[in-house]
Amino acid sequence: MSLDAEQVKKIAHLARIEINEADIPGYAATLSNILDLVDQMAAVNTDDVEPMAHPMDASQRLRADVVTETNQREQFQSVAPKTEDGLYLVPQVIE
Amino acid sequence: MQWEVVIGLEIHAQLMTNSKIFSGASIAYGAEPNTQACAVDLGLPGVLPVLNTEAVRMAAKFGLAIGANVSRHSVFARKNYFYPDLPKGYQISQMELPIVETGKLEIELKDGTKKIIGVTRAHLEEDAGKSLHEDYQGMTGIDLNRAGTPLLEIVSEPDMRSAEEAVAYMRKIHSLVQYIGICDGNMAEGSFRCDANVSVRPKGQQEYGTRAELKNINSFKFVEKAINIEVERQIELIEDGGTVVQETRLYDADKNETRSMRSKEEANDYRYFPDPDLLPVVLDDAYLAAVKATLPELPDVKRDRFIAQYGLSSVDAGILTVSRATADYFEKAAELSAAAKLAANWVMGEVSASLNKNDLDINSCPVTAEMLAGMLKRIEDNTISGKIAKEVFEAMWAGEGDADAVIDKKGLKQITDSSAIEALVDEVIANNPAQAAEFKAGKEQLMGFFVGQIMKASKGKANPAQVNQLLKQKLSS
Repeated sequence: MSLDAEQVKKIAHLARIEINEADIPGYAATLSNILDLVDQMAAVNTDDVEPMAHPMDASQRLRADVVTETNQREQFQSVAPKTEDGLYLVPQVIE
Repeated sequence: MQWEVVIGLEIHAQLMTNSKIFSGASIAYGAEPNTQACAVDLGLPGVLPVLNTEAVRMAAKFGLAIGANVSRHSVFARKNYFYPDLPKGYQISQMELPIVETGKLEIELKDGTKKIIGVTRAHLEEDAGKSLHEDYQGMTGIDLNRAGTPLLEIVSEPDMRSAEEAVAYMRKIHSLVQYIGICDGNMAEGSFRCDANVSVRPKGQQEYGTRAELKNINSFKFVEKAINIEVERQIELIEDGGTVVQETRLYDADKNETRSMRSKEEANDYRYFPDPDLLPVVLDDAYLAAVKATLPELPDVKRDRFIAQYGLSSVDAGILTVSRATADYFEKAAELSAAAKLAANWVMGEVSASLNKNDLDINSCPVTAEMLAGMLKRIEDNTISGKIAKEVFEAMWAGEGDADAVIDKKGLKQITDSSAIEALVDEVIANNPAQAAEFKAGKEQLMGFFVGQIMKASKGKANPAQVNQLLKQKLSS
């Protein structure tokens, strides 16, 4: 399977990665290689194999429902670019 | 053309845990911004989510309550999208293997029709934070206290055919999650939210029309209005030769209209994949049996029991069992007073009216079920009339003690001494000779006038049945 330039741009947009127009053919080729590998794996007969959700053969450990975290806002916000009234400020997002 | 409406609901119920679904931060409502957002909630590098045992138990409890299949093996997945109130760039949710699959609920409509609505699935996920778009000069403020709050998303089949059905279903789920103690149902605080998928198709057509998703509608009234207005919009659009676009729409209650919010054409680009940070959740039969044992009597069962045990009408039993607290209150008052129907009328009447007026919850009702029962007993044994009882109720509400104390203190004991009542009757007849003559001449409507005068003269304390009887005797003699 090979990806075209539009698909590469869409993937980049979904990942919010800025790419150069000149690099697109290269990305298309390498990403297509990965998909080819997936195709190859998909060709293997897995009829008797149970789907695996996780490589570790274990189940989820559960945590008691107890509040263990204290307020560390000041510390967390000391590395934030901009805060006000206890809020993190980000470039405006309007739907 | 005849149109058929098709509705499916996605309900988000916030689970009543103490801490978040994957972290030990508190989920208490109303805290200062970002004081309950820990490193896990902020998605800082190097943190790992650890699943809250209570969130799992509550989801299982819901599944068991709707007779669904609670999965022995469920898996968390990442739903990827970018938005500033989602710091990790993905929401941890469940996709292929949700914890609850295929249940159903029975709803009842106003005309008494019953209908089964399928529940496709219910899955666990984390909530996002809140964005505040005003007040920050060209910036958006982000509060991540809500990020990581446990949600159970309950997805229905597209089984509903009218806004009324949708509201009935939503109310049913709302009542159920509170009954089983997994959600406080507080819609104003966003603990219970609803998205509606709405489409229309020509009657008789098999395939569904294109749907629009109405987001975050936060009251029963608005769900009904939003669906109706959206249905109207879609039908008009199609009849004018247009086509419905699959999109998310926002309901504007002020204008009573829906408007496009963002195009969901990229809906398939959430790129779900199993979250490698979390292992499959495995539940065994013993666990599920133990959870099942904690289920309380569910609303439908309780309603049927109220009808059978207390002789209530189906409508009354339905009203009394919407909330477990109301049902418990009624049942206690009914048991203690041994006057179930009277108790039902009072709970649905004075008690709920007073609670509404004072914006109180039945759990904080100043007149306890015991106090109400004490008063009902006095109605039953003719110590007070139903009318005087209202006065007693108000006094109890105002904290003046229990029914016997109020009756005693205010001298409200009903007059049942027939000679005393006879004297009152004679007096009133003597004072109103003209009316008495008219009555005797056949104007029987005046009965009400005389009863009123006598009750007034007795300050409402005369036993109404005796008054009626004596009055008839005297006036027809």
